Amino acid sequence: MFFQPLGIRTYSAEATFPIKPIDTHKLENSPATEVQINKDDAISYYTKMQIIRRMELKADQLYKQKIIRGFCHLYDGQEACCAGIEASLTPKDDVITAYRAHGWAFIRGVPVCNILAELFGRKLGCAKGKGGSMHMYSKNFYGGNGIVGAQVPLGAGIAFAHKYRNSDTVTVACYGDGAANQGQIFESFNMSQLWKLPAIFVCENNRYGMGTSVERASASTDYFTRGDYIPGLRVDGMDVLAVREATRFAKEYAVKEGPILMELVTYRYHGHSMSDPGTSYRTRDEVKEIRKNLDPIMSFRDKIISAGFVTKQDVATIDAEVKQHVENETAKALASTEPDFDQIASDIYVTDTPLSIRSCNIYNKLHHQPSV
Amino acid sequence: MSLLRQSRNILSNLRAKSLAKRLMHFKFEPDNPPTNLGPTENMNYLKALTNAMDISLENDPTAIIFGEDVAFGGVFRCTVGLREKYGNDRVFNTPLCEQGIVGFGIGAAVAGSTAIAEIQFADYILPAFDQIVNEAAKYRYRSGGLFECGKLTIRTPCGAVGHGALYHSQTPEAYFAHSTGLKVVIPRSPIQAKGLLLACIRDDNPCIFLEPKILYRAAEEEVPVGDYTLPLSQAEVLREGSDVTLIGYGTQIHVLKEVAELAAKDGISCEVIDLVTILPWDADTVCTSVSKTGRCVITHESPVTGGFAGEVAATIQKECFLNLEAPVERVCGYDTPFPHVLEPFFMPDKWRCLQAVKNVVNY
Repeated sequence: MFFQPLGIRTYSAEATFPIKPIDTHKLENSPATEVQINKDDAISYYTKMQIIRRMELKADQLYKQKIIRGFCHLYDGQEACCAGIEASLTPKDDVITAYRAHGWAFIRGVPVCNILAELFGRKLGCAKGKGGSMHMYSKNFYGGNGIVGAQVPLGAGIAFAHKYRNSDTVTVACYGDGAANQGQIFESFNMSQLWKLPAIFVCENNRYGMGTSVERASASTDYFTRGDYIPGLRVDGMDVLAVREATRFAKEYAVKEGPILMELVTYRYHGHSMSDPGTSYRTRDEVKEIRKNLDPIMSFRDKIISAGFVTKQDVATIDAEVKQHVENETAKALASTEPDFDQIASDIYVTDTPLSIRSCNIYNKLHHQPSV
Repeated sequence: MSLLRQSRNILSNLRAKSLAKRLMHFKFEPDNPPTNLGPTENMNYLKALTNAMDISLENDPTAIIFGEDVAFGGVFRCTVGLREKYGNDRVFNTPLCEQGIVGFGIGAAVAGSTAIAEIQFADYILPAFDQIVNEAAKYRYRSGGLFECGKLTIRTPCGAVGHGALYHSQTPEAYFAHSTGLKVVIPRSPIQAKGLLLACIRDDNPCIFLEPKILYRAAEEEVPVGDYTLPLSQAEVLREGSDVTLIGYGTQIHVLKEVAELAAKDGISCEVIDLVTILPWDADTVCTSVSKTGRCVITHESPVTGGFAGEVAATIQKECFLNLEAPVERVCGYDTPFPHVLEPFFMPDKWRCLQAVKNVVNY
């Protein structure tokens, strides 16, 4: 059940904002340079981005308390990407992404308590606590994938399913600037173009593949052109309205013509994962600069205040409600317990007949739970 | 920060470290260094590896090290200082493309370079599986000896680490054991790691060098500082015994050493063998031992079905059939993907191994 902030006074209903010009590759038309937004949507985008930000910061805190262990890749700084794309999608469009998936899981409908519980490895988790940070799934959200680049061919396959069923829906397959150099990305491009699949390939370029800056990893950092024969867009990934407009344009194109590539130029505040302080390959000043001048949530906040949708007080109210919501959800997640032992040998196969799984000692077999 | 908060932080850090130590499923006991290899220095596993690579690059002008993030020292700090010492053209980063890394490494090796590739986690070696199994392993055979990539060594951290979950804990030795033409090596300690890495780098066959990552810092020994190699394809008897042979490799050896101690309390004398090289493996040492003891327990972290213990067990039952007093036992990981929070159940820990020892002795 999605959280709605209360008590916002009514001001103006609609506003228009200019967006930075979008670079195009092999496209005759291009997205609009101005976007219209209404008050409800504006508040919704702001609230959702703020929830993601709070949730990621909560995850950071809980990781340092060792309540979350293992590998944890945070999305703060990139909120405008998932929020903007989701704004132009319908619940019937599919999304697949890599391991920096918490923001995507939320925007695709997974409640915060289920995301956090999954991070803790508890029953309430959206993958029953068996996947962890990198493996979160939901209806029309295919995860949550650990191996870099491996999700993109899957995205092409899911797009094929959309085309096969003649639906006017698309698949958004996200990957990063590091994954852009994987061979399987190009294999996916080729298949998608050959078969004219309704796929939007999104490169979330946060300038660093783990600790390697884009210049040191890629012969060409114009990721939106690397689809070659696939047209591309390069969009300011810190502006939720620009991302929304580009996605609207891309979806229209993908449904009619075929695959399209969208590079979102964005930034992550945290390091690659919680084991990475994020300061050995970039300066603290750089991070500070971006936080000050380009933060997706702050800049959108300024926009909606200047448009008269909300006042500073309203925003403060939303922020407080979001904070409380995340606290409540955290408590719910913490109250959940670890998966039962029999979960270790379930969800391996689909099975109706009894199936035993060998264990450490071959005399003690485990029994595979029947599929639900 | 207030003094109270500072002291609380220190305490919680200490507690966390000791908690981590308590949660490790094994105890590392350092070996005594070989007496004939000159002066030694206290090194942990990863420093021993750095040392080995340093010696390689110093003595072999064609040696190069490449992989993801190796230039700054590597995510596990195994290549620290090497770029500064040998330059950008000998120690360099690759983009994120495992298939490309290994393919490129094969090409470099064929053309005469001693190529030391790093795959950041053994779980990521699978995109390169075709290159390793089809290109590297078979090069010499299909060209009738005209071409080969023997000077290729692929190093990769493997194994359970306590919180690695599905994709940071695998040990893929079984997949590669099935590809003749390769050598697959997995050292248990710093002294072993340095000697075996130097041996692999100098060996004229493509080698996969699996490094149990949990040992990187946990294992510390007095390692000879000079240039030395240890023999490949030679299993090592670490502890002599008469009642049952325990066979393992990597981190699991340390579990077995403890199992042997526990079993001794019950009057069971265990012989512990480290296979060291998975492919080609030393069947002679193993079968000689099992013929003597008549009982055998084989153990590894990887899942049991299709795991390497099956190969060892099949060979033992054929060679030592008349000497066996009990069926060969395997204590391995479950036939499931490597779990997330349920990892402690998955691991073939010392209690499971001890139970297996008792089973074979009381058969």
